[in-house]
Amino acid sequence: MDSQFKKIVLENSDTIVRMWVEEVNALKDANYTSSISEELFDSTNREFVNVIFTRIKNVEPAETLEDFAEKLINLGWPLSYITDGLQVFRRVTVDFILSQSEKVDSNHISLVLQSVDKWVEPLIRQLVNEYSGNWENVVSLQRLALQELSAPLIPVMENITIMPLIGTIDTERAKFIMENLLEGVIRHNSEVVLMDITGVPVVDTMVAHHIIQAAEAVRLIGAKCILVGIRPEIAQTIVNLGIDLSQFPTKSSLRKGFTTALEITNRKIVDLDTKVDNLENMINSLHRE
Amino acid sequence: MGTQSCINIQKEWDIVGARQLGRDIAKKIGFGTVDQARIATAVSELARNIYLYADSGKVCFEAIETIDKKGISMIAIDSGPGISDISLVMQDGYSTSRGLGAGLPGVKRLMDEFDLISEKEQGTEVKTIKWLR
Repeated sequence: MDSQFKKIVLENSDTIVRMWVEEVNALKDANYTSSISEELFDSTNREFVNVIFTRIKNVEPAETLEDFAEKLINLGWPLSYITDGLQVFRRVTVDFILSQSEKVDSNHISLVLQSVDKWVEPLIRQLVNEYSGNWENVVSLQRLALQELSAPLIPVMENITIMPLIGTIDTERAKFIMENLLEGVIRHNSEVVLMDITGVPVVDTMVAHHIIQAAEAVRLIGAKCILVGIRPEIAQTIVNLGIDLSQFPTKSSLRKGFTTALEITNRKIVDLDTKVDNLENMINSLHRE
Repeated sequence: MGTQSCINIQKEWDIVGARQLGRDIAKKIGFGTVDQARIATAVSELARNIYLYADSGKVCFEAIETIDKKGISMIAIDSGPGISDISLVMQDGYSTSRGLGAGLPGVKRLMDEFDLISEKEQGTEVKTIKWLR
């Protein structure tokens, strides 16, 4: 029976394609793909139908399907285009076969449904897998990229290191920050670490807790941690929450923190111009003598 | 009364989603940056409590309006183990998870109205309101 249905479908492929295109075009207006140009939509539809029919003919299936899926993913078309399209194909084909059959009883209908399902199911499965595989890939790459950004350590000067934190801090990242911080302090032989929280949107008790723990751990290995970049609204919420940050120094800006760090390491910034001026004064005074 | 928007809390990242939504609604109502930060922090605390202690629950926001004032109401509901001694958790420094223990009392200080109902093995409901001044 299956081959017989196949024959009907292949012989009347033009009619089925026409019916299918009509229905899919109706779907287009209803939702997602309304911003796509007519030409592209038509050519993609043609390709889609070709993929479906080569699959039914059973010639060289895998590659064309993969290419098609890849193209759709690159175009950024929604998955619903594929599922809707195949759903429509199933409906149209079943209708068509039934209209061509001489006797229609429940047994016959169930046979038709079975055959058509057998053609369409693997297509849906494979295309959905391609899509979700692509998404998983993107998500894992982004996670990796995020992790690389999550706890950077900048040794700005001998003995002074800065850790700028941007974005939400969750448990995993907090652990990462702690490890990176301690490792960096040892590796760069830092005396002072400036932790900059300018880019952290919310400091709740958990974030504060992790910061306190990190600072305490830094203290244990003999360095000093200064918390900088506390915005006024963050300062107020910290006070409201009743979090005690008196254990280690805090500063409003990185600049102030850096000055403090220089003081701690017994250094200061000197303007080169004034130095030159001083030198000239000295030389001048020598000349006078 | 405005419409209620809710966010389910199941993963740690849902806390970020809830916070974002809370902040957006607060901004729309007209809260300043300091109050936005307060509200976002309170959302963060309540959502984290759900994530840590109850596994799943939800946080709902609503813009509320009376004759003379406007505000945001926030309800955090979970079906977790419940809190056996409410007066204990409202004490500063009490924590069962070795945290700072500033969460619930902190939320009470961050918001204007605070109401906690909890039944053992039934769940916990925290209702808070911040009025626009």
